[in-house]
Amino acid sequence: MTLSAPAPSAGPLSSVDAIIEGLAGVGYIASRRIATALFMASHLQKPILVEGSAGVGKTELALSTATLLGLPLIRMQCYEGLDESKALYEWKYGKQLLYTQLLKDRMGEALGDATSMDEAMVRLHGMGDLFFSEPFLEPRPLLRALREEGGAVLLIDEVDKSDEAFEAFLLEILSAYQVSVPELGVIKAKVPPIVFLTSNNVRDLGDALKRRCLHLHIPLPDAKLEERIVATRVPGIETSLNKQLVGFVQSLRGLDLRKSPSISETVDWARVLILLHAHALETETVRDTLNVLLKFEQDIAAVEPQIAELIRAPLAPVGG
Amino acid sequence: MVEGARHPHTPLMQRTLESFLRALRAVDVRVSPAEAIDAHRAVALVGYGDRALLKDALCATLAKTAEEVGRFETCFETFFQRDEFKPGHHHPHDPGAAPPPPASGEPNLASMLMADDAAGLAQAMEDAAERAGVSDIRFSSQRRLLTRRLLDEMGLKGLERVIGEAGLRDDPQSQALARRLTEDRKALFEEAARYVERQHDLYAGESGQRLREQILADERFGAIDSHDLANMQTLVRRMAKRLAARYSHQQRRAKKGKLDVRRTLRRSMGHGGVPFEIIWKHETIEKPKIVAICDVSGSVAAAAQFLLLFLYSLHEVVERLDAFAFSNRLVAVGDILKDEQVEGAIAGVLARIGMQSTDYGHALEDFRALHLNALDRHTTVIILGDGRTNYVDPRIDLMRAIQERSRAVIWLNPEPETFWNRGDSEMERYRRFCHVAKTCNTLSQLERIIEDVLRTYLPK
Repeated sequence: MTLSAPAPSAGPLSSVDAIIEGLAGVGYIASRRIATALFMASHLQKPILVEGSAGVGKTELALSTATLLGLPLIRMQCYEGLDESKALYEWKYGKQLLYTQLLKDRMGEALGDATSMDEAMVRLHGMGDLFFSEPFLEPRPLLRALREEGGAVLLIDEVDKSDEAFEAFLLEILSAYQVSVPELGVIKAKVPPIVFLTSNNVRDLGDALKRRCLHLHIPLPDAKLEERIVATRVPGIETSLNKQLVGFVQSLRGLDLRKSPSISETVDWARVLILLHAHALETETVRDTLNVLLKFEQDIAAVEPQIAELIRAPLAPVGG
Repeated sequence: MVEGARHPHTPLMQRTLESFLRALRAVDVRVSPAEAIDAHRAVALVGYGDRALLKDALCATLAKTAEEVGRFETCFETFFQRDEFKPGHHHPHDPGAAPPPPASGEPNLASMLMADDAAGLAQAMEDAAERAGVSDIRFSSQRRLLTRRLLDEMGLKGLERVIGEAGLRDDPQSQALARRLTEDRKALFEEAARYVERQHDLYAGESGQRLREQILADERFGAIDSHDLANMQTLVRRMAKRLAARYSHQQRRAKKGKLDVRRTLRRSMGHGGVPFEIIWKHETIEKPKIVAICDVSGSVAAAAQFLLLFLYSLHEVVERLDAFAFSNRLVAVGDILKDEQVEGAIAGVLARIGMQSTDYGHALEDFRALHLNALDRHTTVIILGDGRTNYVDPRIDLMRAIQERSRAVIWLNPEPETFWNRGDSEMERYRRFCHVAKTCNTLSQLERIIEDVLRTYLPK
């Protein structure tokens, strides 16, 4: 792998600014750090490991990148017990069995006139062995990503939920963009896919995996960035409401909650408020829709009495 | 390297990056050789021109956790802060005083100072630092020596000679030159000291801390100062996390290659006996089930805190842990460990039953009443205590009952083995019913023992 591999020179990944612009065009507001990571990933041909709390847009980044580049997105959700047969490939056992039966029926015809055992064996070897061949191969996400002609965006979601053994298995794909299928040999990607791995920190990932990836930690955004995100995602929203609701969410994050609302919750909430034709935050509306933002009973109970106060506090800078 | 041809990499730049990597390692951001190569490639790609871009690019290649990102940022700011010899902090140039040509082969420090050549001086200092090995600094006590060595490498001797010669001559011009160079020398001293100081922050700041932690891990519990307690707790927490990462996720391991004949046949019934669905055998790994009994009486006072710390960290690692503590009576402490932070939990347990006189017999009786029935062949019992019974009945029979019912009994004693049968210690008698009886009074020993226990739950 060298840098002389075809790196898009004028494409949407040609510079950090181009990436920011391009992602904004498909509705993803990226910080400079995110864009730099993507830039490096495409030019150094390394996977990106994206970390951050749930709902900050880890998966969304991969989706938007795929849209931006016009590449197919191949997604693999990890879970405990995931193994190669579900991630990489499997043999179509059913078809293989049928093939064997077919073969048995035909075998008599083909070998019937052989005079000796040796001749029969020679003929048998002469017939193509299809049993372990591509037609019987059922490609799973990883293999599909490698075989995609024009390249692909591969999203390995929540890799921390998989077993350590699986993590080790990923290493070959992530470092060399190839896999070994014992019966067929090594399958190498024609165009290395852009790989995103996401992690929620359920467990610490192994050093070997981390070493092969670029690391990107997406923090919760500041108010300004979040307003831009909401404005992009919820086009019809009024600026004043946007400012107000982002302020409210930001102050919620300052509280000691079990699960602070992240960007996806903010966006959902904004949509809900639009549906309810709200023009400004009111205690009543907020109370009714709080369950969009907060996902735990205790959190809702803790926030409810303070709603009026929280609405008023971030209102001050707006001057309303 | 291919990129080397496209972006010429001067040796100086490469050296700079290498020093930076070393500084990162010093602040505990792990950088492997492969990552170092990635960093070089990243720099070749983005160049040194755009500071923010360089920072983000290096951050993505080098810092691999959220904490490391934080440390990376501080380190980056310190390292790439180059502000020595800013123009303007020297006095205006005095045209009358021209220094005599220096002896050949020596760095012309005097003329650089006279010319206010900030860039040249900074460069000279970098080069001298390289020769003097300033970045090898480990301890704050080395600062003076290294400053001196740095100045020597910069050609301080030559400068001294120039000042000396100028001072000897009588004409006012030479006198002015001597005065000015003396002032410059003072400024240079300060610069050098600052430079070394910063190198110290970069390369030695964390290694001192790490050294202390290493010592702490091998320190006997009784001997640890109370002000090291906080450090100790960090260590314990880190240990717990390490163990948890290793052992909490290996519950199920697919055993590929072994056909589950029974289930495959059963599934095939639906297809008229044709085995369309192949089912493979899985091996289920037992989750560790641990009962921990901790002595917190007066005789183990010094170690009690750490034994509880151990209990607490075990609680974080093992899902199925039943924890008990006793002096003369035994109580379950699982709820305290669950609800409280580590400091609170330890204090809570000690307040409830700690620091009284020991009665192992009574405690074992309590245990029989509370929990003996819950022991089964999957349970490992860990007892933490010194086995000092105050000459009351040690109830060896109960110990036998515990051993018979459980998978293993492990006794960890903070006293060294030579003390085990002295005075009121019944350790030798208890020991017969333990699968393992070990001295355990440092954190490193604790970690090794927990690992051993947890490992027995993994398949061979």
